[in-house]
Amino acid sequence: MRYNALRTRLALLLMAVLVPFLAHAYDPDAVQAQKSSNDSLAAAAHGTETHKAGFDPGHMIMDHIADAHDWHLWGHTHLPLPVIVKTDKGFELFSSSHFINHETHHLDAVYKGTHYSYKLAEGKIVVVDEVTGMENEEATHQLLDLSITKNVVTILMLFGLMLFVFISVAKAYQKRPGQAPKGLQSWVEPFIIFIRDDLAKASIGPKYAKFMPYLLTVFFFIFFANLLGLVPIFPGGANVTGNIAVTLVLSTITLIITLINGNGHYWRHIFAMPGVPAFVLIILTPIEILGIFLRPFVLMIRLFANISAGHIIALAFYSLIFIFGNEGQNVAAGLGVSVVSIAFTVFMFVMELLVAFLQAYVFTLLSAIYFGSAVEEHHHDDHAHDHAHAAAH
Amino acid sequence: MGLVMPDIGLVIWMSITFLIVLFLLKKFAWGPILKMIHEREASIEEALKSAERAKAEMQALQADNERIIAEARQERDRMMKEARDMKDAIVGEAKSKAKEEADKMLAIARETIHNEKMAAITDLKNQVAQLSIDVAEKILKRELAAESKQKELLGDLMKDVKLN
Repeated sequence: MRYNALRTRLALLLMAVLVPFLAHAYDPDAVQAQKSSNDSLAAAAHGTETHKAGFDPGHMIMDHIADAHDWHLWGHTHLPLPVIVKTDKGFELFSSSHFINHETHHLDAVYKGTHYSYKLAEGKIVVVDEVTGMENEEATHQLLDLSITKNVVTILMLFGLMLFVFISVAKAYQKRPGQAPKGLQSWVEPFIIFIRDDLAKASIGPKYAKFMPYLLTVFFFIFFANLLGLVPIFPGGANVTGNIAVTLVLSTITLIITLINGNGHYWRHIFAMPGVPAFVLIILTPIEILGIFLRPFVLMIRLFANISAGHIIALAFYSLIFIFGNEGQNVAAGLGVSVVSIAFTVFMFVMELLVAFLQAYVFTLLSAIYFGSAVEEHHHDDHAHDHAHAAAH
Repeated sequence: MGLVMPDIGLVIWMSITFLIVLFLLKKFAWGPILKMIHEREASIEEALKSAERAKAEMQALQADNERIIAEARQERDRMMKEARDMKDAIVGEAKSKAKEEADKMLAIARETIHNEKMAAITDLKNQVAQLSIDVAEKILKRELAAESKQKELLGDLMKDVKLN
């Protein structure tokens, strides 16, 4: 019954999320078409920047999935974000709007700060010489970019949303104790119970309660971030969970929690697997030690790659329109391909909705399994527990 | 490649904000939510259990009732049987008594009848004897009215008497 309820909720959620986006499905095209035609016009006018003369899908896609120091809204409208850099001489704080070149509308202007001059190169802040415009590699190397980037803004928004949603849900629970969930509660509760019963209890066992806050936080963060990443317009579109820094932090926290909670049984299985002869241990122990780090590493890569791949595929289908449209010279072909592209993108979008949930689920499940292996007791205890469990039912 | 190189800035922001949010959510959201869900589940389980108990009690009560009814029925049957037996006994006794009485009365009647009959017979015999005597007297009186007759009779009688 719980599964049915969850399934219904999920279906509703998919519907609710899908319908408005299908209506907007054309928006990125329109934006991109405008941008692209502007680019080609600008390129034609200047006639110098050869790399922008043609539509470069690879560049465009990488641009979209990478983090940015500003938020491109539409056309030439950018939402400037604060840039914070730590140099060897001290901190600098300025707006990313200083990088806007007002002639080309690109972010390629040089900003002269207190300590150095800066410009953006491939989305990264580099220190340049004010006069020559050449990169000061030594200073760049010592630069620590702590800017509030697009991803940081999205992360802050997500955390704000999570705090709002779950604290108000908690209040609703406290206001109506012992009663059936209502409103937002009933959206959230199936997920919470699903994570508790099917992930935490099933993978960790009786000591699951300790890990619930982390599992819930990580699940909802990834899930919300994935969904927000699918929204093509502001405030969505940032590729948060497809950013390796984010997945690195999440998987590192999973690793740290696993190591902190590892009991004697866990460490014994790593350093001296019971029942294995000593000469095999010489091979096995390094593998096991490597495994400790390999598992969160795989966790990091899986989430990053899945979400990035989804974004890349969607963007690649859109790019096809402009590749076939050949910079506006072959509109018919562009329109023809756009039908196919839109169809594929809608299909991919539905897939990505599934992936959004699935990846959040997989990350949480694997974290739970690692925690489970860390707190697992002796096997015969487990069996005894299982029997007791079975008997209780 | 830039894509797989984590930005230190983002790592720092993500770590700090995630840990703060984890702490806040744990304290203000997950703790209360999980507690309330657990409490609600416990209360539902308790309610289900008590319903089960009530059902069992009801069943026990019903079984008890049935037992009492069965006992009452048995008791009734037993009493009915007793009453019937008693009735039979009384009726039988009455019958035998009546028969006895009747027999006694019959015997008395018979005896009375016998006595009466005997008395009547005796009476009749006496009357017949009296009558016979009367008749004999009358006859004798007539026979012995003449003296010759008396002498003849005497002579007859004397003939019979042989003097030895």
